[in-house]
Amino acid sequence: MSERPKKKFIVTRFDPDTDDVPRTQEYEIPVEKDWKVLDALNFIKDEVDGTLSHRWSCRMAVCGSCGMMVDGEPKLTCKEPLSSYGDTVEVAPLSNFPVIRDLVVELEGFMDKFKSVKPWIVRAKRLAVEEGPMRQSPEELEEFKQFSMCINCMLCYAACPVVANEPDFIGPAAIALGHRYSLDSRDEGAAERNEIFRGEGTVFSCSFANECSEVCPKHVDPAAAVNQAKFAAVIDWATGLVLPRGGER
Amino acid sequence: MIEVLRHDILIVGGGAAGLRAAIAVVETDPTLSVALVSKVYPMRSHTVSAEGGAAAVARVDDTFEMHGYDTVKGSDFLGDQDVIQYFVEEAPKELTLLEHWGCPWSRNEDGTVATRAFGGMSTKRTWYAADKVGFHMLHSLFQHSLQFDQIVRYDENFVTRLLVDDGAVRGVATLDIREGVVRVILGRAVIMATGGAGKIFPFTTNGTIKTGDGMALAYRSGVALKDMEFVQYHPTGLPGTGILITEATRGEGGHLKNSRGERFLVEYDYGVGNKAELGPRDMISRAITQEIEAGRGVEGSYGTFVYLDLRHLGEEKINKRLPMVRELAKIYAGVDPVSEPIPIRPVVHYMMGGIDTDITAGTSLPGLYAAGEVASASLNGANRLGSNSLTECLVFGAEAGRNAVVFAKGIGDGNQAALVAQGEEEAARVDALRGRQKGGEKLSHIRNEMTRSMESGCGVYREQASMDDTVRKMAELKGRYADIGLQDSSKVFNTELVAAMELGAMLDVAEAVAASAASRRESRGAHTRKDAPNRDDQNFLHHTLCHFDPTGPRIGRKEVTLGKWEPEERKY
Repeated sequence: MSERPKKKFIVTRFDPDTDDVPRTQEYEIPVEKDWKVLDALNFIKDEVDGTLSHRWSCRMAVCGSCGMMVDGEPKLTCKEPLSSYGDTVEVAPLSNFPVIRDLVVELEGFMDKFKSVKPWIVRAKRLAVEEGPMRQSPEELEEFKQFSMCINCMLCYAACPVVANEPDFIGPAAIALGHRYSLDSRDEGAAERNEIFRGEGTVFSCSFANECSEVCPKHVDPAAAVNQAKFAAVIDWATGLVLPRGGER
Repeated sequence: MIEVLRHDILIVGGGAAGLRAAIAVVETDPTLSVALVSKVYPMRSHTVSAEGGAAAVARVDDTFEMHGYDTVKGSDFLGDQDVIQYFVEEAPKELTLLEHWGCPWSRNEDGTVATRAFGGMSTKRTWYAADKVGFHMLHSLFQHSLQFDQIVRYDENFVTRLLVDDGAVRGVATLDIREGVVRVILGRAVIMATGGAGKIFPFTTNGTIKTGDGMALAYRSGVALKDMEFVQYHPTGLPGTGILITEATRGEGGHLKNSRGERFLVEYDYGVGNKAELGPRDMISRAITQEIEAGRGVEGSYGTFVYLDLRHLGEEKINKRLPMVRELAKIYAGVDPVSEPIPIRPVVHYMMGGIDTDITAGTSLPGLYAAGEVASASLNGANRLGSNSLTECLVFGAEAGRNAVVFAKGIGDGNQAALVAQGEEEAARVDALRGRQKGGEKLSHIRNEMTRSMESGCGVYREQASMDDTVRKMAELKGRYADIGLQDSSKVFNTELVAAMELGAMLDVAEAVAASAASRRESRGAHTRKDAPNRDDQNFLHHTLCHFDPTGPRIGRKEVTLGKWEPEERKY
């Protein structure tokens, strides 16, 4: 049997029961050439140290659970080939989030931001099921499709310089999601969301660093969504100054 | 003192079935309070990984009769025909609701919802959103659910026991993974929607959370597991990881090829006839296995495989209809399907079996309902047709929600002190397991032995001796599990503790699968025996029930509800 090559993993550990501040722990383990970063963490968990805590599930880059900082960059660990890293790999919890334990971060703040943009179809009158599906042309679908691809992995929050300084900023994924619904031909909630987006800590806090779009593993391009949402909120507001009743269509 | 919380309806599981059930409760009676308890945040639920689509009659050339017959035939006549009839009629309503709630279904040029072909379906009736259907359905349901304040979520809570008093389920004990404390949540009806148990096998499309928790909870509370021997192998998984390559690849025209480049489903007789790649999953998985056994497979570092060839579809169609497949093949198999065939092999995908439910989504335990993969409503019988399961989550999730409301209104609270006492017992049990140093058995090793034995005993092809071996092995492993040693004694986010309890659930479920399989001495649907190759309607046209017993599973049977479609030879 040929000897498997080894890599050293420097993993951030934190247990609030026993640690005042995070520390690091090193693990040197044999790796397979086609492993992802997540495979190494699972090997450590199963064979070396049962106390290591991390989240993961689908291992096919769609459930969004396993985002972490790998060598200082926010990455989906099930998607990141280990071969693109050197002999030593640093794994830490996602930046800009409170840490619960080890590599597990707090999602509650994110979930609140997510809900605040009304990420559902808003309609004045609810359709009955008997009316059948609404029509939507392929072009209308294309309008918002890209922004509906977000897996809520939160890498964009870890990369965002505004989130780092202003923790209440609702952030790229939430804005992209709200904007996704506003762009949907079946939705009537754009005015409500524009109102939300004109509030503090939303689209106008964005400094256009574009980091969010660069780290997005699903190519959602949240920076474009933020830009468009900002424009829509301004136009809506300006129209409201000119036309009575907020410029309702 | 244990903390006690109260809601009207409790739902365990936050995937498609659980979310649909929660919304149905609110729609039926907005004054009720719903607890949605899940071991993960809902958007992490395994529904997210479903790719190809959801079936419902939509086209003018399609009928309920055709969808019903396809499903009955696909089930190898073990589906209950009343359930199937109800399902096909509800299916279009449910997918329409999803449309109203924002699901980005792919469209025809005229703006109507597009449908695609799927295995065993006689026309294009599978609604899709490119090849990320589960993802879009889950996110649409979850986001829609966020507007209802009546739905109170308990995310990252692992339910460890159903609380039963006076013959009815009235609550759950749940471990808050983050805090490390066990709480009691009381309610007047409980809906299980925790999904399947693919992780009892070593090679599966399933995510790591699919550990059969809900099946085990009901089973230990005296509810039978039904038809557990029927485990679906999906024909096309990536070697090594088992990552799913959707059946939509074949629906869109992809070909399966052996090492000689032959389309073996056309060249050789595997019973799928003109359907070829659009045959049902059980038959195609057997065909691939036989090709490999005949020496026409390709050797790879993760065993022998065959090819799924999409090259003739062209880049534009692949990008439009199958973008996720292209992404997955590139990242996890190192091939671009535009220019190379994808290596694939059959992989454990879906449990036809589950908690024994009827057409109302109810069980033999008053107050307990189940929907989705965790349940066996006998929609799928011995083999599920691709794209019926996402729709099943909606149809029976909604039905469970509505019926739970009716039930909850007609029952009192039971003996609260007795229920709380059960919760305290449970808290003590969980505390004793956490970081338990005593045992010498390693969690991951027992898990590996379990999965290996399940593959050798309950694989695509089965025989009495190997199934019996697996039954014995599961009993042995359950004994050794009692001596498991753990390292992590922290209360906060102790994933080792959760994994230990998941393993306990998997051992019960795996044992039920093996015992049920060993009892069925015929071949039907996904249960294929080399030593009994034919279907035997005389002796086995019945459901298998598996009852929990501390001394080992007890096997019983239940009648199949037949109807207008008489059992006939299943040929395509």
